[in-house]
Amino acid sequence: MLKKTPATTTSRQAVLDRLTGKQVIGPGLPTIEHDRMVHFDDPVEKFIEVLSTVGGQAHLVDDAQQIAQILSDIPVYANAKRVVSLVPEAIPGSLDVATIDDPHALASVDWTIAKGEFAVAENGAIWVEGATMPHRVLLFIAQYLAIVVSRSDLVHNLHEGYARIGTPKSPFGVFVSGPSKTADIEQSLVLGAHGCRTLQVFLTP
Amino acid sequence: MKSLPIVDHPTKARPFVADTERFHWHDQALWFVRSKRDKQAGSVPEWEHLRSLASQIKTETIANLGDYLVEFERNATALGATVHWAADAAEHNEIVLKILRDHETLRIVKSKSMLTEECGLNHFLEDNGIEVVDTDLGERIVQLRKETPSHIVLPAIHIRKEEVGDTFHEHLGTDEGASDPQYLTEAARQHLRDKFLAGEVGITGVNFAIAETGGLVVCTNEGNADLGVSLPRVHIACMGIEKLVPRFQDLSVFIRLLARSATGQPITTYTSHFHGPRDPNSELHIVLVDNGRSRLRNSNEFREALHCIRCGACMNTCPVYRRSGGHSYSATVPGPIGSVLSPTRDSSRYKSLPYACSLCGSCSDVCPVKIPLHHQLLAWRKELVGENLLPYSKRISMKAASILFRSPRLFSMAGWMGRKSLKILPHWATHNRLNTWTIARELPEPPRESFRHWYAENRKR
Repeated sequence: MLKKTPATTTSRQAVLDRLTGKQVIGPGLPTIEHDRMVHFDDPVEKFIEVLSTVGGQAHLVDDAQQIAQILSDIPVYANAKRVVSLVPEAIPGSLDVATIDDPHALASVDWTIAKGEFAVAENGAIWVEGATMPHRVLLFIAQYLAIVVSRSDLVHNLHEGYARIGTPKSPFGVFVSGPSKTADIEQSLVLGAHGCRTLQVFLTP
Repeated sequence: MKSLPIVDHPTKARPFVADTERFHWHDQALWFVRSKRDKQAGSVPEWEHLRSLASQIKTETIANLGDYLVEFERNATALGATVHWAADAAEHNEIVLKILRDHETLRIVKSKSMLTEECGLNHFLEDNGIEVVDTDLGERIVQLRKETPSHIVLPAIHIRKEEVGDTFHEHLGTDEGASDPQYLTEAARQHLRDKFLAGEVGITGVNFAIAETGGLVVCTNEGNADLGVSLPRVHIACMGIEKLVPRFQDLSVFIRLLARSATGQPITTYTSHFHGPRDPNSELHIVLVDNGRSRLRNSNEFREALHCIRCGACMNTCPVYRRSGGHSYSATVPGPIGSVLSPTRDSSRYKSLPYACSLCGSCSDVCPVKIPLHHQLLAWRKELVGENLLPYSKRISMKAASILFRSPRLFSMAGWMGRKSLKILPHWATHNRLNTWTIARELPEPPRESFRHWYAENRKR
């Protein structure tokens, strides 16, 4: 059981005193006008284009059957032993995570099929809500990741994206854009750093 | 920290500059990143508008930082997080150690955080018997080599792939002589996966914290922060108090600017939003660190340096940084922003940094939050003169120049003498150890006559 460490606040007043000791007049907060921000004639096309530049692959699909077909054509999916599906209505998983308490037990997951709330055309990112995942680590620990999101849930830019989230309702939420990657060795881009090695995005109607 | 030696940028840069092939390579690597940034900035039609918004939001936040911090603390606490306050680096380290001790922790996994670098957290924890694993690949390379990051976004930008190969061969048992980035990254992935699974507490930095919601945002490409804090039950997030933004919607402005300015990507692969601990059995500790920031806020001249979102764009574009390497600054944050920030901590120790600048202004042009960096570097030079921190040689020559420029006759005579001596002086008289200016330069060919003489002959009627 956790022993909760209480907050250390001995310096709190000293820091706040220093910050209020000198009065500085601010300009007030600006209004962020969505009308002034970039919009696209075809946001779906833009999303697919940007996602591919960051190493992800998007697929336009009409139904769940098509998702299963595309996935089964990917060798690393066909050979996968442990598939966790968080959208069982579209793709059945082979591992039931409902009974798992400790996220460490998910270390051997091959694929996670996650559900995206909406996608952003300007930067190829998909918002995944923490509440849709029994363990948030599923998104990061799986060797391969697929996200299913409806193309009717596409926003043009990030401002619209944040407006859609409104106030975060669960303790975790993440924008995912492409597979895990690094360029720390001589600026050579390598896909698959710690998280997923590839990212497949299925855009349903 | 008082007795640390004075940092002399030219001296520290000398070994780096001496290796011509290497500094050209370093220069090119960073220019590549800068070019990617330009492409991204150019593809956002409202880029300049975003910069203005970001600048205004930051100005407002820093002006009322105390109020926003209290609002953040209240909201974060309501979500179940524990908010700690640290006046300086030492207190920050003690707070982190206390949390680790309370959980009898032996191993932590850490994602990239310039704040913990600034506070020297790694060494402090290791001295107290805790194994610290940096999980960002660049940071891990630097950690295994017992070096420090030379760049705030690209910590290992100064290291060649062959050197990474040697380091991994020694520590991770990869093949000798291997230098393929794909192979080396895969080896690091396997090695770090074990560390992730064994980590008992996850420590991350913070890119943005939101006063309105009490949450925080961490941006990575590798997913190391997320993996590091999703397995253990305790997450410690360490942040400088300037990382705050007032409203949740403000994130949209900064997230759009951050990765585009840093590496030329439209957004980082993972932009994670944490609002309170994972579940009732988990803990989220947030450590708010001042460490000189409140003092910087008091300075009318340099306050805007607190706007910095640590994208590193000013470094990538800086002609001096690209050619002298990050370590020549002897500071956690190098480059233009580091040359502004470091002297605010200790002006005498870092007095050479505001001179590691050609005043080209490129840093100010690329800064996503519009910090007037080159103006601040110039302002620092004025400040250093006022504090009598200029070297004696410069003080004397400035005095002499001032006398010279005030007297037209003296100026004219000095010109005549200069032209004559350039003609007759032998090479050894001008090129010797006493004249450091000529170490890598030839003196100009003297003109036949002065401008004053030419003007009198041709234009004055």
